[in-house]
Order: sequence, then C-alpha cells, then structure tokens
Amino acid sequence: MDPIKKKIQNKSKETRQELIGKILSYSSILLIVLVVLSIFIFVASKGIATFTQNNASLKDFFFSTDWSPTAVGKDGRPLVGALPMITGSFGVTLLAVLFATPFAIGTALYMTEIASKKGRNFLQIVTELLVGIPSVVYGFIGLNVVVPFVREHFGGSGYGILSGAFVLFVMVLPTVTSLTVDSLRAVPSHYKSASLALGATEWQTIYKVTLRAALPGILTAVIFGMARAFGEALAVQMVIGNATLMPKGLLSASSTLTSVLTMGIGNTVMGTVGNNALWSLALVLLVMSLVFNLLVKWIGRKGRF
Amino acid sequence: MDVGKYDLNDTAIMQFDPQEREMALTTNDLQVYYGDNHAFYDGSLQFERYKITALIGASGSGKSTFLRSLNRMNDGIARVSGNVWYRGLDINSSKINVYEMRKHIGMVFQRPNPFSKSIWENITFAVKENGVKDKHKLAEIVETSLKSAALWDEVKDHLNSSAVALSGGQQQRLCIARAIAMQPDILLMDEPASALDPISTLKIEETMMELKKHYTIIIVTHNMQQASRVSDYTAFFHLGHVIEYDKTKNIFTFPQKKATEDYVSGNFG
Amino acid sequence: MNMKTVNKVALTTIKIIAGLVVVILAFLIGRILIQGLPHISWHFLTSPSQEFIAGGGISYQLFNSFYLLILTLLISFPISLGAGIFLSEYAPKNWFTEIIRMAIEILSSLPSVVVGLFGFLLFVVQFKMGFSIIAGAIALTFFNLPLLTRNVEQALESVSDLQREAGLALGLSKWKTVIKVIIPEALPGIVTGIVLGAGRVFGEAAALIYTAGQSASTIDFTNWNPFNAASPLNWSRPAETLAVHIWKINSEGIMPDAAAVSAGTSAVLIIVVLIFNLSARYLGNKLYRKYTAAGK
Repeated sequence: MDPIKKKIQNKSKETRQELIGKILSYSSILLIVLVVLSIFIFVASKGIATFTQNNASLKDFFFSTDWSPTAVGKDGRPLVGALPMITGSFGVTLLAVLFATPFAIGTALYMTEIASKKGRNFLQIVTELLVGIPSVVYGFIGLNVVVPFVREHFGGSGYGILSGAFVLFVMVLPTVTSLTVDSLRAVPSHYKSASLALGATEWQTIYKVTLRAALPGILTAVIFGMARAFGEALAVQMVIGNATLMPKGLLSASSTLTSVLTMGIGNTVMGTVGNNALWSLALVLLVMSLVFNLLVKWIGRKGRF
Repeated sequence: MDVGKYDLNDTAIMQFDPQEREMALTTNDLQVYYGDNHAFYDGSLQFERYKITALIGASGSGKSTFLRSLNRMNDGIARVSGNVWYRGLDINSSKINVYEMRKHIGMVFQRPNPFSKSIWENITFAVKENGVKDKHKLAEIVETSLKSAALWDEVKDHLNSSAVALSGGQQQRLCIARAIAMQPDILLMDEPASALDPISTLKIEETMMELKKHYTIIIVTHNMQQASRVSDYTAFFHLGHVIEYDKTKNIFTFPQKKATEDYVSGNFG
Repeated sequence: MNMKTVNKVALTTIKIIAGLVVVILAFLIGRILIQGLPHISWHFLTSPSQEFIAGGGISYQLFNSFYLLILTLLISFPISLGAGIFLSEYAPKNWFTEIIRMAIEILSSLPSVVVGLFGFLLFVVQFKMGFSIIAGAIALTFFNLPLLTRNVEQALESVSDLQREAGLALGLSKWKTVIKVIIPEALPGIVTGIVLGAGRVFGEAAALIYTAGQSASTIDFTNWNPFNAASPLNWSRPAETLAVHIWKINSEGIMPDAAAVSAGTSAVLIIVVLIFNLSARYLGNKLYRKYTAAGK
C-alpha cells in the first residue's frame, strides 16, 4: 500500500502533541475557574453559617450597630451588627473616589489633549509608579504624614474615615487616571476636529465633545477605582483607628470590612460565632466585588456609541 | 460594467480522462461557508500531476478560499463540504491526519511569512521535526531547496543570519524553499508574487517553471500575464463559482464564456 | 468672563492638576527615601530583626520576600502560560469561553485580603499546612494568575497569524507552532508582564498575613537542605516578608526603633519595586522598538 496514504490515515507525532497541548491548556484554564468557584463556595458557606448555624439575624447584620459577635443580645441572638463597618467601607470608598475623580480626569486630559509626547510619557511613568507602590507603604506614609496632618488641621485623633479616604485617594488615582486616558483616546479624533473647526475653544471642545463621548469609559474607570478602594485592606486599616463603632463623623476612629477582617481573623477560633461573623464580612466584600464587575459590564453594554 | 449580468450556472469545465493523464488532486462539489455566508459554490476540478494550474478571477471571487480548502487551511475558519481526493483518500474528511497531509500538500502565502529565525533554521525547523536529524543530510536539504527556489547564490554565505533581514522577494523565495524542503507532492501558492516588485516576480516565475518538473503546482493569481506565462491550465473564478476551466491557451485565446472573455480582455468591472 | 478667558482658566487648571499629581508622587518617593535611606546599612540588610530591642535588621524578611516571589512565579507562570495559550489559541467562541473570561476578570478584581483568607481557610487550616511559605506562595499565585494570564494572552495575540499559518502549512501541530514559533516571538511581552507582576507580588501583604504568617522563624543560612526546618529553602516554615514586616511593626511593633526600622524597610521595598517597574518599562520599550523597526 502507498506509504503516504497510510500515514495520512493514521495518528502521528503531531496528533499526540496536539492532544498534550490541549490537555495542558484546558487544565490550566479549568484550574483557574476552579479556584474562582472554590473561593466563592468556601467564603459563602462560611459566611452564611453565621445566620444558619449561629442563628444571627440577617436584619441585625445589615442594620444594627452592635458588633460584638461573641456576646448575645436581649433576643438571645449574637450581636453581629455590621452597619459600622459597612458604613466605613462605603464612606472611605466614596470619599476617595470623590477626591480622585477630578484629579484623574484633569491628569488624563492633560495627557491626551495638552501634553507633548514627552510630557505624556512622563506622566505615564508617574502613574505607573504610583500603582507600583505597595499598599503597606501607603499605609506607613498615611500613618506618618496623613494622620498627623488631619489631627492638626481637622481635629480629632487623626485616625478615621477622612485619613482613610486621603490614603485611598492616592491609591486609586493611577487606576482611574489610566482607564480615563484609555477612554479619552478612544474618542474619534474627527469629533474633536469638527468641533474645533466650528470655532469652539479647546475647553469647549473638551467639555462638550470629548468628555461627553468618553463618559461611559470614565464611569467605568471610577467604578474600577471604587472596587480597588473598597477591597483595600492594610493601608486603610493602618489609618482608620479600628473602632467597631458607628462613625460619628469623618474624624472619629472607625473601621471598614477589610480592617475588621485583618485584625480579627487571627484572634478568633475557627468555627466559633466570632469567626463566622468575620466570614460574613468577607462574603459582603466578595459580593460587592461581583457587583462592581457587573456594573462595569452593564455600563459597557449601555454606553457603546 | 455590470458584473451581475452573467449566468453563474452557465459553466464550461474541462474533464480529463483519468486513463490518459495522472491526476494529483481532484475536488468534488466543494462548498465553503463562513458562518452563514456561502463563499464558494460547487468546485469540481481535476488537477494534473506535474503541471501548473492557475486560478484566476477578481478579488472576492473565491479563488483563495478554494485554494485554502485544498490542504485544510480553512479548518477553524470556515466550514467546507464536499470532497478533496488525494491518493484515493478524501482529505476533507475528519478522519484524516491533517498534519501528515499538509506535509505532502504544502502552501506558500500571499505575504512572505518567514519565521523570525535564521535562514538555516527556517528551512530545517519542520524538516527536523519530521525526523531528519543528521547534520549532513540537513545541509544537503538546505542547499537543494534553496537552489530550487533560486535563492542559494544570494544567501549561501550567511545562512545563520536572520531571515527577517532579507528583502521581500528573497523572503518569499525562502518560504518557497521552506515548503520544498518538506518534499511535498503538491505546492499550493496563494498570490505568491502579489506583494513583490517585478524583478522578484520574474524570479519567482522562473522558479515555478523549474519546480514543475517535480511538483504539481496550483497557483492563485490576479495577474493574468502571470497566469498565461507560467500555467498549463487555468480556471476562471467569479463570485464564488468556477465559470470556466481549460488549457491556459484556450482560456486566453478562445474563451467559451462571456464572463471569461470579458475578464481576460480587461473589459471587466 | 468671555470664552477665551474661560478656556485659559480651564486649561491652566488642568495643567495645575497634572502638576499636583507629579508633586504627590515626588513627595511620596522622596519622603520614603529620605526617611528610610539613612537607616539602610549592611548591618540592617544582613541581621535578623529584633522584637524588643533596637538595632534589628531585615535579613530574614528580605530573603523570605525573594524566596516567596520565586516560588510564586514558579507556580503561577506555567499555569498562566497554559491558560494564556488556551485563550489566545484554542478558546472556541462560545459561552464556555465567555464564562472563563468572566471568571478571570472576577479573580483579578477580588480584594487581596479575601484571596488571602481563602488561602488561610483551605491551605493553612483545611490542608493543615500551617502558616507556611508554600501556603503564601499559593495565595500569591491566585493573586497573580489573572493578570499574568491576560498578559500572556495579549502577548501571544500580538504575534501575526501569518506565523501560525506558516507553521501549520508545514505540517507542524498547532501546539508545536505555538511553543516553538509564537512563544519565542511573544517572549519580550511575556517577560515584561512577569516582571510587572513580580513587582506587585513583592509588595503584597494582605494576602500573606494569614498564609505565610507574621513571624520570621530563625533561618540558618548555612543549611540548604529544604527538608530541614531551619533551612532557608524550607517551604513549610512561617515566613514574614518585607511588606508584612512593615505592617506588623506599625500595628503592634514595640521595639524602640520601630519608626526607623519601618522607614528603612519601606525604602528597601520601594527600591526593589521601582527596579521591577522600571525594568518592565525598559523591556516594553525595547519590544516596541523591535516591532516598529520590523514594520519598516
């Protein structure tokens, strides 16, 4: 029989290589999916246990301000009021993004609309370096610079939501900036040239054309910034004061979901109500990060122009 | 000129007598779909061994799509139905070992695509994978294939330098040499000279004339002079149909169909 | 105000904002270096830390940080290479791939503290590994995987399809073409991503506090048998890193020179991270030049 004909009909070295390649790449990707799934399953099962096994009230968790999981309240249920931490987390996040957004948009506009190539590259390096600084270093600077600054100029101990927000402001700034730059770059240049040709000033063009066209992208950038701020643990924990009390203002010692988690997990025993309650906080973090993800997806779908 | 006026089902396809001549490849009712888009209809052509067959037609006529289906380069890109007969096997069948098949049905692409490796490695890479390890044997293959592709004299002194540094024409001849080094039966060429200057084009055409002593060549070209210069047979493609297939001389002097006549005489679209 | 004045004011404001961002970075880096550099000495880098008295160094933490980084890259690189190859070369265009991409996005946006807690729950507690380098390396792998995978995918996708066709048309398997042709082409991009990821991993602390632990067990730098508990290479010992050290000192450090030690440690940390970032940038630029030169 024709040897070539025979070869073409049979398996060869290449068929084996292809099989090995598929096995390797499929198993790598499945491993990642498995990791994501197990993170959700493990954290969720632990976090739900507070309510199913320890009989805590879901309503208390979200609306009560008494956080003392090892003690029980008058109704005999553990005191798992997470409202102070939830408030703290949202407080620092919203405030940080509020500070960061104008800075990010300004910097991004400078990079895309005003700067020379050199200036743009320089700011690119600046934002990349800001991303690169580890969060504990931000926390350390926060402790040494931001906390005394807040104490002197705003009063109080210096620990609190305001300090946390200042630290997070610098941390999310590069994220929001670089994503805003991407969305500004995606605005077709003929939009701008048309506006300029009609006699609009540069600022009118930026304000009425460029920013408007880039709005969905900028929103996405802000949400990514919020996601980063919401999930940041150590830098915030170092400057917020770590009191599981309802914040009385921006200057009182408070706590966030992440700060209570980092402080608490080591001091509680696995399987106790005190420990489970912490996992419930972790579950809130997990769900929020999912929500931020979905929001970004939703805007991406709605905002296509 | 309105190109929609031709009857696409009015075709004149030459049939060979298999008793008389040896066929290297035969297609039967080949159809190609990109998703829902029916890109190529009913290609039933025979390709004679040791001849050059040219596939001509305007861009979008389906000639490249057809060619790429002959060694399954459309796998994963398009759905191809029908049969491609090679050595008594339908190589369009899922049971075929495509890797092994492609070693015998090689391809040269429109844009030169040498690997970013040395000239030597470009030629020996697949040969070594195919089991040839002996240094002397490899040196011999490099020399003969480069000579067949008319590139040997230009590169023999720097075989270890990068292939990417060669000129476009040299790169394309290197790609031809790389394909020849596998000693295929059939060489499919997809507009191999379209990205090249006239001198390089001429060199490639000379190379092809030399190659047809040992290889069956099927070449897609939009250059009619090229088709008439190098090919023995020519098939004219139009809007996903093969309109006419005949000896090259007949296609260019006595075309039977109006569409072919308009195309070869330049009165087309 | 007329339009021209508004325009001028607005543009000036934008410039001032951009300038302020530069000032913030300069202040941060300047402050860390000015405060920290005076404390960095050969003694500081090569002696173990002290809990109650002044004069402690960071030798263990420095070694642990690099060892953890290397282990993390050793685990995460092959996985992300495989996953990146899947996404760029094999992924079918269907719901399955969509779900996978979604999962990777979610993993990349998870707070690192959550990743760390998961590592604690599964490896430290469930698998009884205890606080250990290997548990830390696995947690950091989860943290590093999504970015590295996406980076590999992008690097592979930037290689022209013509190269893939060249390999396939010679009868090579797709896998061989990817390994021997596409990956070498994509290498500079892949390396840039690894180095950038290394910078992130090196500075990460939240994922490590409950996995690699917060104590630096005594290391005997003359014993290189990985199965000996005092060996630097032993991966089942708890291992505090530089980043965790900074956090630890500032939260509960009681040595008299805590401020100086954390300033010095921050400076060391920042210098290493800057080196990683700048070299990634350098590699990226080199790659860019290579491509633009080849495009001529």
